[in-house]
Amino acid sequence: MRIGSPELALLVLALPFASFLAIGLIRPLRRSGRPAAAISIVAMAGALLGAATMSWQGLPVARALNPSVLWSWLPADGGPMASVGVWVDGMAMQMCVLVTLISLLVQVYSWSYLADEPPPSLGRYYAYQSLFAFSMLGLVLSPGFLQMFVFWELVGLCSYLLIGYWYERPEAARAAVKAFWITKLGDLGFVAGIVMLWSATGTFDFWPLFQAAESGALHVDGLTTIMFLIYLGAVGKSAQFPLHIWLPDAMEGPTPVSALIHAATMVTAGVYMVARAYPLFALVPSLLVLIAWVGAFTALLAATMACVERDIKRVLAYSTISQLGYMMAANGAGAPEAAFQHLTTHGVFKALLFLGAGIVIHHFHTNDVFRMGGLFVQRPWVGISFLVGTLALAGVLPPGFLSKEAILGGVLHGHLTGPFVLLIVTSFLTAFYMFRAVFLAFFGHAHVHHEHPEPPLAMDAVCRALAALTLAQGIWAVVAGHHAEGPAWLPWASLALAFGGIALAWATYQAGVLDPARLSAAFAPIDFLARRRYFLDTIFAGAYRFALLSFSRVVGWVDRYVVDGVLNALSAGALRAGDALRRLQTGQPQDYVYGVALGVLLLLVWAQVR
Amino acid sequence: MPLHAYLILAALVFAIGLFGVLTRKNAVGILLGIELMLNAVNVNLVAFSRFRDDLAGLIFTLFTIAITVAEVAVGLAIVIVIFRVRRTIEADHLDLLRG
Repeated sequence: MRIGSPELALLVLALPFASFLAIGLIRPLRRSGRPAAAISIVAMAGALLGAATMSWQGLPVARALNPSVLWSWLPADGGPMASVGVWVDGMAMQMCVLVTLISLLVQVYSWSYLADEPPPSLGRYYAYQSLFAFSMLGLVLSPGFLQMFVFWELVGLCSYLLIGYWYERPEAARAAVKAFWITKLGDLGFVAGIVMLWSATGTFDFWPLFQAAESGALHVDGLTTIMFLIYLGAVGKSAQFPLHIWLPDAMEGPTPVSALIHAATMVTAGVYMVARAYPLFALVPSLLVLIAWVGAFTALLAATMACVERDIKRVLAYSTISQLGYMMAANGAGAPEAAFQHLTTHGVFKALLFLGAGIVIHHFHTNDVFRMGGLFVQRPWVGISFLVGTLALAGVLPPGFLSKEAILGGVLHGHLTGPFVLLIVTSFLTAFYMFRAVFLAFFGHAHVHHEHPEPPLAMDAVCRALAALTLAQGIWAVVAGHHAEGPAWLPWASLALAFGGIALAWATYQAGVLDPARLSAAFAPIDFLARRRYFLDTIFAGAYRFALLSFSRVVGWVDRYVVDGVLNALSAGALRAGDALRRLQTGQPQDYVYGVALGVLLLLVWAQVR
Repeated sequence: MPLHAYLILAALVFAIGLFGVLTRKNAVGILLGIELMLNAVNVNLVAFSRFRDDLAGLIFTLFTIAITVAEVAVGLAIVIVIFRVRRTIEADHLDLLRG
């Protein structure tokens, strides 16, 4: 285990936060656009420098050393209820580098990608970006569940704000709300789980919990339920079946946002959380099996949907869901290191793919892969970068290949044959759908012939940098000798499957040997379901509508008959009483005198009787 | 004659006056009823003054008579004004205060 400097960690955390405060609070700065962007980028560069230094200087320490620095929080009678601080172990440091690196590159890319935005919107965008970077880093460095939950919700908020960045578009606003609601569904479980864990153990902090878990001293009734609830948070955030439906819609946001939040960093928070809290999850093996099955099933389900999707960003979104399924399956199989390794490599090449797709969309002015073609000849560098990412994702090039092998090996090692089969089928489909998009967009016939401007330099440079990083990661992984455990046939089998997928895509969409219509007819039921997203969106929408409508009916009935009823009865009673009393006032003076005389008489009688 | 004879007379006159006030339809008749009630009180005051040798009752009576005159003057003036405006002094028709 390695441990880093907490001061540097705090600096890494403080820089984006300062940038967010500056842009968010100083109105002229925010509305000026470009200067705000520059501040955000400079702060992010500083944070990257800090994170890299922290990772570089990280010292190997004994396993028994607490890697967290804590300050007490929420004072109570019996000592503080929770603590805040930073937890700087190897995983957190790697994650910090990944988050700051991708954030920086995405912010630089956005500088060009959003060049046509009005300055106030651009300032708003960079304020959100800084807030996101701060929240994600805070989540990564959390030393306990409570702080993690706070930052967890903050990244959810940033995701909502950035999906809905073009809030004038109804689809974007709807997608933002959908993402928020669906992930909240999981977060409910998360917060319930950590509170139950706290009431059972009295602490939110990882260190005492992990110590107790590893020494076997953690005796909590209903730990399975608690950990399942906590896992629900990861299901929502990391887009696991059945809560994955928000992620494809999240593509309504600007492409750099999709690259950063909905591919490389935020959606991996669930995977990160499960890997982080693995000592606790390890105590409930039955839940781990469930996690593995759900992960593998999600991977396959999303892959089938990616195969029939026409929108290039959505293809990438489904592939993200699919890869998150891989990571979760690895977590469930008891190989959180493999999950984390795949998380870091996937973060880089998926960001590359999204940013490459951004250039592609910029070029063709459409998201539909069937209306693209021939980009490779016109923009070879973009094509090569995209191809590097695709090969890594398909599990051919080293970083993706090695991390995927680690996952498959881990799942096999965990004796989870079912999930293993699902994942191996998925790796075939992954190669197929990614190369389907590549062949359609980069090769084939150019559908549009008018002249296109060069992609802006910043966008191009960022893509090339990411491609270089992917390759460097691969070389580093090979040199460092990350040998995946597992039988010797496994790498060959998965390579063969990947090449099989590529060959099928080539035969169908490039060489024209196979008719796509015949291919889809061969898998008619799956094709039918996948094109309709397995009716999951319909089911969710229906359930939501049903729940909302029935609740509204009940509330409406109560309002109409109970709340209004009481008021109406009161007012009607007052009206009737007033009407009855009105008749006493005849206006005849003599009647009043009668009243006076009668009153006097009564008083006399009363005085006598008393 | 003993005191109670005067008191009974006064009570009778008062009751007659009250009856008049309550039953007369004519506003002038009502004023006359009020007049009777006031004078019943005067009889009481004078009787008590006479039987107790206390002049205060007599002085009160003088005051009451003066006030009664003023009251009749004002009351008749009001009746005349009402007649001018409403063309009637029937008490039943004067019901502007009805709720």
